Amino acid sequence: MLNDQGRPTRPETFQAHTPWTFTGNRALRVEEPLLFEIGRAETTGVDLPEPEGVPPRLGAHRRTTPIDLPGLTEPEAMRHYVRLSRSNYSIDTGLYPLGSCTMKHNPRLNEKMARLPGFSDAHPLQPLSTVRGAVEVIAELGRWLCALTGMQAVAMSPKAGAHGELCGMMAIKAAIRARGEERNVVLVPESAHGTNPATAALIGMTVRDVPARADGTVDVEEVKRLLGPDVAAIMLTNPNTCGIFEPEVAAIAEAVHAAGAYFYADGANFNAIVGKVLPGDLGVDAMHINLHKTFSTPHGGGGPGAGPVVLSGRLAPFAPLPFVRMENGTPVLVETPAATRDGETPFGRMTAFHGQMGMFTRALAYMLSHGSDGMRQASEDAVLAANYVRAGLADLMTLPFPNHPSMHEVLFDDRFLKDTGVTTLDFAKAMIDEGYHPMTMYFPLVVHGAMLIEPTESESKASLDLFVATLRDLVMAAQRGDTARFTQAPRFAPRRRLDETRAARSPKLKWDRPAPIPPAVAAE
Amino acid sequence: MRYLPLTPTDRAEMLARIGVPDVDALFADVPAGKLLSDLIDLPKARGELEVERLMGRMAARTVPASSVPFFVGAGAYKHHVPATVDHLIQRSEFLTSYTPYQPEITQGTLQYLFEFQTQVANLTGMEVANASMYDGSTATGEAVLMAHRLTRRSKAVVSGGLHPQYRAVVETLSDMAGDTVAALAPDPRGTEDILAAIDKDTSCVVVQTPSFYGQLIDLAPIAEKAHAVGALVVAVFTEVVSLGLLEPPGARGADIVVGEGQSIGNALGFGGPYVGLMATRQKYVRQMPGRLCGETVDAENRRGFVLTLSTREQHIRRDKATSNICTNSGLCCLAFTIHMSLLGEAGLSRLALLNHEAAVKLADRLAAVPGVEVLNPAFFNEFTIRVPGDAAAVIERLAERGILGGLPVSRLEPGRGLDDLIVVAATEVNTEDDRQAYAETLRAVL
Repeated sequence: MLNDQGRPTRPETFQAHTPWTFTGNRALRVEEPLLFEIGRAETTGVDLPEPEGVPPRLGAHRRTTPIDLPGLTEPEAMRHYVRLSRSNYSIDTGLYPLGSCTMKHNPRLNEKMARLPGFSDAHPLQPLSTVRGAVEVIAELGRWLCALTGMQAVAMSPKAGAHGELCGMMAIKAAIRARGEERNVVLVPESAHGTNPATAALIGMTVRDVPARADGTVDVEEVKRLLGPDVAAIMLTNPNTCGIFEPEVAAIAEAVHAAGAYFYADGANFNAIVGKVLPGDLGVDAMHINLHKTFSTPHGGGGPGAGPVVLSGRLAPFAPLPFVRMENGTPVLVETPAATRDGETPFGRMTAFHGQMGMFTRALAYMLSHGSDGMRQASEDAVLAANYVRAGLADLMTLPFPNHPSMHEVLFDDRFLKDTGVTTLDFAKAMIDEGYHPMTMYFPLVVHGAMLIEPTESESKASLDLFVATLRDLVMAAQRGDTARFTQAPRFAPRRRLDETRAARSPKLKWDRPAPIPPAVAAE
Repeated sequence: MRYLPLTPTDRAEMLARIGVPDVDALFADVPAGKLLSDLIDLPKARGELEVERLMGRMAARTVPASSVPFFVGAGAYKHHVPATVDHLIQRSEFLTSYTPYQPEITQGTLQYLFEFQTQVANLTGMEVANASMYDGSTATGEAVLMAHRLTRRSKAVVSGGLHPQYRAVVETLSDMAGDTVAALAPDPRGTEDILAAIDKDTSCVVVQTPSFYGQLIDLAPIAEKAHAVGALVVAVFTEVVSLGLLEPPGARGADIVVGEGQSIGNALGFGGPYVGLMATRQKYVRQMPGRLCGETVDAENRRGFVLTLSTREQHIRRDKATSNICTNSGLCCLAFTIHMSLLGEAGLSRLALLNHEAAVKLADRLAAVPGVEVLNPAFFNEFTIRVPGDAAAVIERLAERGILGGLPVSRLEPGRGLDDLIVVAATEVNTEDDRQAYAETLRAVL
């Protein structure tokens, strides 16, 4: 039983809860209640002047019921959130080898630049004559993105990678409509991110799966077999989610174009090839760029992201509103259909306003810092690091696709755990006890018990060596039969394994005030 | 390059360990001729000082909202954010953490998401909220899709008081999905007959209150008609502070509540990143898009939090998912939840009242300017004025004199005969001097 503070009320649970201390705290690791359990409705941590009592003009709309929003004073809030932060793993805490998520160093210069008042304190709808610098950032970042991808145009407004996918696919749908055609099938490889088929379905397309070859890549002959007059596009991730550069990508693009369809590239893994390969050279028509992955804007516990989409000449006219047009060397923001010119046929609008400006400034600061040379070096180092980890583990862990070099991430499967009684999940949880965030697990789906490791370019050789050594120790422990180390893990994290089934079966998604304890009634 | 720890010696040793002669050997799968041999024609690396100068010069070409009397709203609002908020969201463990896929070591993120969900549900008067969307406009688009799934109908009726750019997002999504939108004409005073537009094919009615024009709308009669024909009510707001003073949409019959949370904790940022809020009734939760954080226990029976109900999501359901969203505005909802914790109920109510009073005082001052008319009888912190002549030109003349006086409606609704309207917002940051300066300058430029 837990009381209204979430604390146990029975001795047996108390024992389990606090093996070492009375509080449940462990020195620097302090258990923190919910703000609803420590805050009070009348408390506020913000100084505001006394209202003047001006007669309101709210009609009959004034609230008459309480909201139930407790407040904290400034010191209480500071402690609450600092304590919460301390039960989080982060890239600043340690290596974060989460394949396909790309956790690299987040330079603080980016943060400083994003907070310049000319960027952070500008309103999206203040007169355009007063926001020249902000529009310039959008234009300049767009210029860099087009140059780095070898593409013609860019749609800046999508708010995340998946939103960018939607934007790119909408541009394709608009282009097909403009040709007076109807094509409603999208080819999506089995190994694709789940966002790809979800995106296609959102705009009324049907997904046709492209099976992976035994070596984890897409076969151009298979694509040709699936192509037809009903196919609108292929959505291909390259480098793919197995960490392999699709060797037949240019031939696939050619076949797709020959069939009258478009090539959508999922740019999630663009960080592997920046400065090394131009997607435009491969025949890409549209590709989103996750600024947070490739250009180091922080993920912040899940977001915000930013997903600008680069477009080929064939799709450029369909870029959504708003977009930036250059007029006499000055960038001008086009916001409404009425402001478009001949040849500009935007398919619509993805979001109010102009996109993730705060991410644009961070990404641009990163690009300016790295330059063309630094970004190329970063891609090479990311690929080098992944292959170095692979070389350090290939004799102990099993590689499903040994015949292709890995790009920025290396994929292992769980054959090396066969008959050990240790699952991929157990293995991952044991990494937590060793001080590492686990790798991506069970993705991609094309191999059993997938483990996808992406060290990125921001790890030193010493850091990679220690990581490899730790994984080697764990593999050997599993094979030695030291099963408890894995099945009991994590033992030293802020929480032991959490009951996810219970959370899903009877979802508790908000805090509810506990019923008051009834007063004692005197016996008759 | 200071962000890259490998030295040339390290690289040589690593290549030797891998067993390849050079790094290009690792790019062997790139088709012949497609691997770049030269650098792209872009500038080379620059030091920290140089980047600061470059970007500083760009930033200086924009007028920050704090530097002038500022009255622009229409979906984004200038509020004061306590210093504590920005300090806390820059904690490394929050800022540089990823999506909480490993709950044992991301309880910090998960707990604040749970707190955020509770705050949003309580504010809107609904039973459940998700862990945030991209922003208010995309949340509105998702709410319409959610209503289509729940009602198995595909026609949305959209009020003329909905923010034009929100309407454009809904129309774009619907157009691409093959659904229909019946959008009423822009309506500054909230006098449209939305009830007449609701019929048995309607999946949902999308109503913004306070409207884009500032008008307060009563949802209850709309909800009554909508529910009578089996349609849902999607209630939209762009100014979350209004919920501190106004009756929550959940108490007036809304089925899905969506809105923009930027006002609490988040900067104007020229339009993003913002934080979309979405709340609904418990019975609809499995059709809700986006991330959800739920309470559970760990192996030692201690309370903990996890991402849950992921069987709705794209990584499980692929083309059958409730949406393709695979992220949330994590850091922005952290800023929201910290600021909201600092305000508490007492602070939010007072902030809302101060905003309303600022707007009432501004409305009275502007109405006293000859030729200016305030159109809305009931409003929160934003209202629409009619000025003689071209509002866009008036706003431009005001800007030349250092007053950012609002949004000319024609900027978002060109060709609709609304060229003499300005949407004006007032918040707690406006001083008496600001209001006086606005009224006097407006008098001078008209």
